[in-house]
Amino acid sequence: MPEGSQGFLKRERLQDLFDLLVRFGFEPVGPRVQDGIIVYAPLSGPEDLPWGVRDLQDPGSYRIEPDLGERNFSWANGPQALKPFLFAPRDTLWESRRDISGPLSFSPLSPPNRRLAVIGVRSCDLAALSLQDRHFLKGPFPDPFYKARRQDLLLIAVDCSHPARTCFCASTGDGPEARSGFDLALGELDEGFLVRPGSDLGRTLLRELSLAPPAPGMEERLTAQTDHAASVQERHLPPGEFRHDLVSRPDHPHWAQIAARCLSCGNCTAVCPTCFCFSEREEPALDGHHSLHVREWDSCFTAGHSYLHPAPLREDTRVRYRQWLTHKLGTWHDQYGRSGCVGCGRCLTWCPVGIDFTDDLPRLLEDPDGG
Amino acid sequence: MTTSRKPRIAVVKLASCDGCQLAFLGLGEKLLELASQVEIVHFAEAGPLGALTDLDITFIEGSVSTREDQDTVHSVRRQSRFLVTIGACATSGGIQALRNLSAGNLLSSVYPSPEYVDFLAHSTPVSSEVGVDLELWGCPVNGTQILTAIASLLFGAAPAAERDKVCLECKRRQIPCVMVAKGIPCLGPVTLTGCGALCPSFDRGCYGCYGPSENPETPSLARRFAGLGLLPDDIARRFLFVNSQAPAFLAEGRRWTKEDRHE
Repeated sequence: MPEGSQGFLKRERLQDLFDLLVRFGFEPVGPRVQDGIIVYAPLSGPEDLPWGVRDLQDPGSYRIEPDLGERNFSWANGPQALKPFLFAPRDTLWESRRDISGPLSFSPLSPPNRRLAVIGVRSCDLAALSLQDRHFLKGPFPDPFYKARRQDLLLIAVDCSHPARTCFCASTGDGPEARSGFDLALGELDEGFLVRPGSDLGRTLLRELSLAPPAPGMEERLTAQTDHAASVQERHLPPGEFRHDLVSRPDHPHWAQIAARCLSCGNCTAVCPTCFCFSEREEPALDGHHSLHVREWDSCFTAGHSYLHPAPLREDTRVRYRQWLTHKLGTWHDQYGRSGCVGCGRCLTWCPVGIDFTDDLPRLLEDPDGG
Repeated sequence: MTTSRKPRIAVVKLASCDGCQLAFLGLGEKLLELASQVEIVHFAEAGPLGALTDLDITFIEGSVSTREDQDTVHSVRRQSRFLVTIGACATSGGIQALRNLSAGNLLSSVYPSPEYVDFLAHSTPVSSEVGVDLELWGCPVNGTQILTAIASLLFGAAPAAERDKVCLECKRRQIPCVMVAKGIPCLGPVTLTGCGALCPSFDRGCYGCYGPSENPETPSLARRFAGLGLLPDDIARRFLFVNSQAPAFLAEGRRWTKEDRHE
């Protein structure tokens, strides 16, 4: 197999990939079925992966069911993306101490040192990762917790073959094929995986696997499968440039219609792979000399998020939802040069009342005055 | 608190099951640490039964359900610098406030000799009688909340109130949504956290023990329950449960109660 090109890994040889990751000092994590849901969890070997499972996703509903085949990735995505691995839901950032006579002192803390290899990363999640990298690492003050976790992260992507009904990555331009940002990428066929490298480490790993070249026709079948995964997607964003229309009509009556359904629970923001808001608080010890400073996920749907003394700026659901969507699809462009939506569809599926913004968006873009 | 004596703390019980006292007691070693810094004057489940006078922080468990409860609340308020309610009963009237919703003679349907039982027509929260400085919700409260409140009050800081919904805590714990993935009705989207999303972590829907969150969108959630197959009376019962008298839950429950429904 020539350096840098694809190799073919038979499904029976998946264990070799796990062994290799462990030999290189990585802890494999990836998808596994836990209590009826595909979650990311530590994997001891290929037996822990989903086998012959697919997911049925609709706005407000997620189920898995057996699939006829024996594939490991014949499903779209679960509630988690890469976000919890890097921007953890809760971190203790520093600790402050005060001696009876001495000054107040602060000690920075750091995250536990884990070298994770994430198996099964989708293209939408890689696109989201690139946005989170930009947010947490590229500014004047890189986030030390995110940075520490990011530098030890190995990514093994999978081309999406079975998008859910809630998926629209083809419309945002972020999938279904994994194009960059991974160390290795797998294209799954019935008989195994086409493996291609995306980094120097990936090239080393691929060499160690010493794979045979793909059999004739395999690459064409993978391309056709990926094309199909794009063409079957039912949802999409409105065509063309719409962000100005979205942002410039804060009083559009349709915002109130969405608010009548929205629970303001923040689930959409928690499952969104690009949302990055957090709050911070002190956890003082009883002795009065010691306190921990904790950061945890917040959401623009909470009162605390817009609290400026003496009250929240965004009191009701209408303005909270409007803040979320206009930021995600509108002002995100000004901050990060692109939309904050990667088309993963998690905010549709995991909304307890099934709000589907791809359905509401055309109405929000209609001129309320009928012009 | 600047006095040289140790701060005096009491835990007072009204009409309740004692579960909040037990949650406090369940703190174990931390309670011993607390005992070294404060004087625990009165705490029936832990032992001390001292006189309820000259108190710095008084925690009240239970609802005002009898005339005796009323007298206790007023007396304790006068003797306490900070009065803190712990749990659903003290904060919203509790499970026994279901009698507030009953039109019939509940007493004789429960007790064989109701003439020996003397209680008020309604079970009400402590705040219906006297001013309260801090309300800790929950059925029961969790001990850590109480400890955090004490720590803040002892050092003259306003305790940080829980303000997020159970959903956010569920997602922070990476618990997949039981309503989306299993179709289990869950009050998490309208309920204040503080429990750490305990029930969803055991595959159960939230019962609303910690009362309504801020901005509780109960009408939308109730419609979702209907979509999951709950009948109107079942929907009403979800809201009219541990915190039936909390205004947001009471209003939504009434909307789905037969005698209040306008169809």
